[in-house]
Amino acid sequence: MNQPTTDLDLLYTDLEDDLRSSVRTLLAARLEPAAVAAAYDGDRSASTPLWRALADEIGVTGLLVPEEHGGAGASAREAAVVLEELGRSVAPVPFLTSAVVATTVLLAEPGELLAELAAGGRTAALAMPFSVGPDADLPGLAVDGAGISGRITSVAGALEADVLLVPVVADGGLAIHAVAASDVRIEPVVSLDMSRQLADLTLAGVRGEVVVGAGAGEEAVRRGLLAGAALMASEQLGVAQWCLTTTVAYLKERRQFGRVVGGFQALKHRLADLYVEVESATAAARYAAAALAAGDPDLPVAARLAQAYCGEVAVRAAEEAIQLHGGIGMTWEHPAHLYLKRAKADQIALGTSGAHRAALATLVDLPG
Amino acid sequence: MNLDELRRRVQEFLGAHDPAGDPVAFLRARYDAGLAWVHFPEGRGGLDLPRAWQAEVDAIFTAAGAPDNKPHTNGIGLGMAAPTILAFGTPDQQDRFLRPLWTGEEIWCQLFSEPGAGSDLAAVATRAVRDGDGWVVNGQKVWTSGAHNAAFAILVARTDPGVPKHRGLTYFVCPMTDPGVEVRPLRQITGEAEFNEVFLTDVRIPDSFRLGAEGDGWRVATATLNNERVAIGGGAVAREAGMVGIVADAWRAHPERRTPELHDRMLRLWVDSEVARLTGRRLGQRLAAGAQPGPEGSAMKLTFARLAQQLSGLELEILGEEGLRYTSEPGWTMRRPDRVDFTGRDAVYRYLRAKGNSIEGGTSEILRNVVAERVLGLPSEPRVDKDLPWKDMPR
Ligand SMILES: Cc1cc2nc3c(=O)[nH]c(=O)nc-3n(C[C@H](O)[C@H](O)[C@H](O)COP(=O)(O)OP(=O)(O)OC[C@H]3O[C@@H](n4cnc5c(N)ncnc54)[C@H](O)[C@@H]3O)c2cc1C
Repeated sequence: MNQPTTDLDLLYTDLEDDLRSSVRTLLAARLEPAAVAAAYDGDRSASTPLWRALADEIGVTGLLVPEEHGGAGASAREAAVVLEELGRSVAPVPFLTSAVVATTVLLAEPGELLAELAAGGRTAALAMPFSVGPDADLPGLAVDGAGISGRITSVAGALEADVLLVPVVADGGLAIHAVAASDVRIEPVVSLDMSRQLADLTLAGVRGEVVVGAGAGEEAVRRGLLAGAALMASEQLGVAQWCLTTTVAYLKERRQFGRVVGGFQALKHRLADLYVEVESATAAARYAAAALAAGDPDLPVAARLAQAYCGEVAVRAAEEAIQLHGGIGMTWEHPAHLYLKRAKADQIALGTSGAHRAALATLVDLPG
Repeated sequence: MNLDELRRRVQEFLGAHDPAGDPVAFLRARYDAGLAWVHFPEGRGGLDLPRAWQAEVDAIFTAAGAPDNKPHTNGIGLGMAAPTILAFGTPDQQDRFLRPLWTGEEIWCQLFSEPGAGSDLAAVATRAVRDGDGWVVNGQKVWTSGAHNAAFAILVARTDPGVPKHRGLTYFVCPMTDPGVEVRPLRQITGEAEFNEVFLTDVRIPDSFRLGAEGDGWRVATATLNNERVAIGGGAVAREAGMVGIVADAWRAHPERRTPELHDRMLRLWVDSEVARLTGRRLGQRLAAGAQPGPEGSAMKLTFARLAQQLSGLELEILGEEGLRYTSEPGWTMRRPDRVDFTGRDAVYRYLRAKGNSIEGGTSEILRNVVAERVLGLPSEPRVDKDLPWKDMPR
């Protein structure tokens, strides 16, 4: 068992609070819950303008990229705050897939594409099933004289991307090729979470540009997935916070048996337990973000801990939100279902909670 | 003063005071140098520095082989009485009580609960009546941990039965050496008597031992309870400190007992414990940044109690046959321990002692009420006796 060496700051700095309020204000002004729900009926029109606004007005795309590579030189702590807000509004934007996962993959060998992602001019996605986590076997496509060919299912962020980072089996590992999205057949999948709709990709003899060489590709992808796992915890936290706050507010108003139902102790105790879990999830998510930002040696534990914990809390919060809203919680009209779908999809994405616990078993010397 | 200067201050102190010398003299000098609890004010054992820096100071003293103040023998003094005296005590009271409290020369206990007032602490019936420049106290307290070792107690007593229960209380420091104080052991499920019944018969308390104003006892007691919940639920700063480390070590030591079901529980509880540790760190950082202990401590304590109980139960199952044996010396024989120990002794002891964690310092049910009402703002429980004078309350 390894002992963490540094006492990382688990609070929010003033700068982080400022960033949060800008993102929150923008989302409040530009994103209606109804627009998120519309994606389930095929109307994805809310996504692009919102993503453009976040990129151009707040500059969220460059947070993880150092200034010398064209980024904002911020850190994972700020990216985590953005994700909390995106989670709180189940925003249908490719921040996690492009500005976190794909960006971290490219950071292995920084180049022009990285700078373009940072500037918000282009959007990328890692061509990998969204369920693949940092500890999984990494699939790669084959390349021959005709180019890269093969099929990759359930890719997140591909519908929004103009460039795909395709892992290709090469001598000594995986090389990462940047492939124009327009050269790939991208079929939308009817997904559990349509606020982050998946797509199946088919490549038939496509040419790409190597952006991370075979020697470094696998490590780069694992780092991207680990960063994704570490920071998705903040998105899960945002989802859980929304569910808790919304449910508490509703139960303070809803009356049955002549009284406010939030006064029934059975419900107060459930909400108190949920609050305790959400507070705990805050610490876990903050720790993962701070460890990633600091390049702390404890990051491997911090990221998996955060996923093992926050993934389940978000799902429980969404399930409690639906139950405690009663019939209205079961409707299409009430936004609770959007949070349940995001929470459940996130729990499976980038490795299940169980997969992260299994990885911890090795990391902290608790073998099965 | 920055952290480096503080470290230097500790080293200078160690240069001037022999850690191998008389422990009490050493501890008194350490208090006078402001190195006892650095977040306390100057002149009160501290240097007005961030609370978080204390760990550094303690580590240097430990490394130098210096005597410590045996904090485990005086948890109530250090965790509850001291912050309350600091917040509500007069300068004279702070001068009188804080130094011997910190050095461990005077151990403290908590005379709050009574047979008729547990969760409903504001219902206490112990009476304190004015008598010249002092008070005369009569009543019965119960579940008083460590009363058999204590020099002083923090005491909540009723000074005005004619007003509603929360308003007629006053908070005192009670000298346990008064001839009117009788302490009788109460044996608990571990076989030993860590707590006691305390009978108070015409106990005399000088008015200079009153903490806070007459009638303001509820407010003072609430501050104590908030600190208590932080003291019980906070603490562990190192990964695998406390119960989880003991159980993880049992897991490591018994590969032959591993099953997928136990493994899954071990991992889940490890994750929950590590997240609880981080939550405690986060609360600690908030306090260091100037926040007051509030109802968040209740949340920490809820988690702590649940984990202690689940982990200690898991440990017995990991141990299997060994988990059937209460092997400790002296076994089930009655004894009166000098400390409250959640993780010491044996696995069976830990399992049994942990049952108290969700009762002492506010039951888990009451803490859920506190979180729901004070943090989430949900409606209060019906309080039928809230506006009734205490003397007219149904009993
Ligand atoms: C090991 C140990 C050490 C202790 N040490 C001390 C000490 O040093 N000093 C001291 O003063 N006290 C001490 N206590 C006492 C402790 O604070 C009380 O036991 C506790 O506050 C509960 O009071 P009670 O025992 O009267 O239970 P009750 O208040 O009678 O509770 C009985 C049950 O009813 C539940 N309940 C009560 N009210 C409500 C409500 N409104 N909503 C929902 N459920 C409710 C409780 O949760 C509990 O499950 C100690 C207790 C233990 C177990």
